Amino acid sequence: MYPEIFNSNMFTLLAEAEVGKHFYWNIAGFLAHGQVLLVIWFVIIILLLLAVLGTRNIERIPTGFQNFMESAVDFVTDIARDQLGESFYKEWIPFIGTLFFFIFGCNWAGALIPWKLIELPEGELAAPTNDINTTVALALLTSFAYFYAGFSKKGLGYFKRYIQPIPLLLPINILEDFTKPLSLSFRLFGNILADELTVTVLTSLVPLVIPLPIMILGIFAGSVQALIFSTLAAAYIAEALE
Amino acid sequence: MDSIISAASVIAAGLSIGLSAIGPGIGQGNAAGQAVEGIARQPEAESKIRGTLLLSLAFMEALTIYGLVVALALLFANPFNS
Repeated sequence: MYPEIFNSNMFTLLAEAEVGKHFYWNIAGFLAHGQVLLVIWFVIIILLLLAVLGTRNIERIPTGFQNFMESAVDFVTDIARDQLGESFYKEWIPFIGTLFFFIFGCNWAGALIPWKLIELPEGELAAPTNDINTTVALALLTSFAYFYAGFSKKGLGYFKRYIQPIPLLLPINILEDFTKPLSLSFRLFGNILADELTVTVLTSLVPLVIPLPIMILGIFAGSVQALIFSTLAAAYIAEALE
Repeated sequence: MDSIISAASVIAAGLSIGLSAIGPGIGQGNAAGQAVEGIARQPEAESKIRGTLLLSLAFMEALTIYGLVVALALLFANPFNS
């Protein structure tokens, strides 16, 4: 995917960030980005393990790990309740919570685990959210979710929303349905990729100490982006339910 | 790849990230200044203000990130690179 010219000059000498190089898997005729799938399954297994460990022997008065998991679920519940309001938030907690934990896990998995130690034939293991396909999939899920929310609540009356203040705004309201997933996916993708690129460039310039603040910023940005994605998803669903 | 196209893409990538940093920079400065003012006036509301500030800063940062995505597309996935 690199233009020829970048392979030979200082762009790639300085930063070995392998943007656009993938470890392709051929699954039933479809090309899949293997490095993304590997890390995604790693994150899913970690999340499942945490969930199983947190709920293995549930007690009325939580102790130890159950305490931690309950506070995590409380945090997600607060996101949903803040946006959706008391009457609707319960049925959307699973969706919002899954989005938050998955994106959070993906971002932190990319930032905390030294994936570069594992060599792949092509491409490299990194945060799955630095592949635009992952973020677009998440954003499209959000789109379907708010359409589903609107339809299940209002039926075909949902389309009244498009001519809501005045019919003149119809094109802008339709455009909004396309810009929502676009901005959601680009925001997440760009933030994570930007962090990884900055860290790679700084590491290749000064390998010690100097990249540390950027890495810490990356960990922070990863959690904030997960929070923003889930908050926005909840806000869009709330808008459709209104 | 045509050298004119690659030169134009590199310049465009620089411009896109540079120009898209101006607006959010001003916006973030405004927001942070107002937040500091709010904290100075009402120190007990600090945690609430900080949460809102961080969230809105991230929203503004997203605008720069759009420019960055365009720059990255120009550099690594140039559509005119036949």
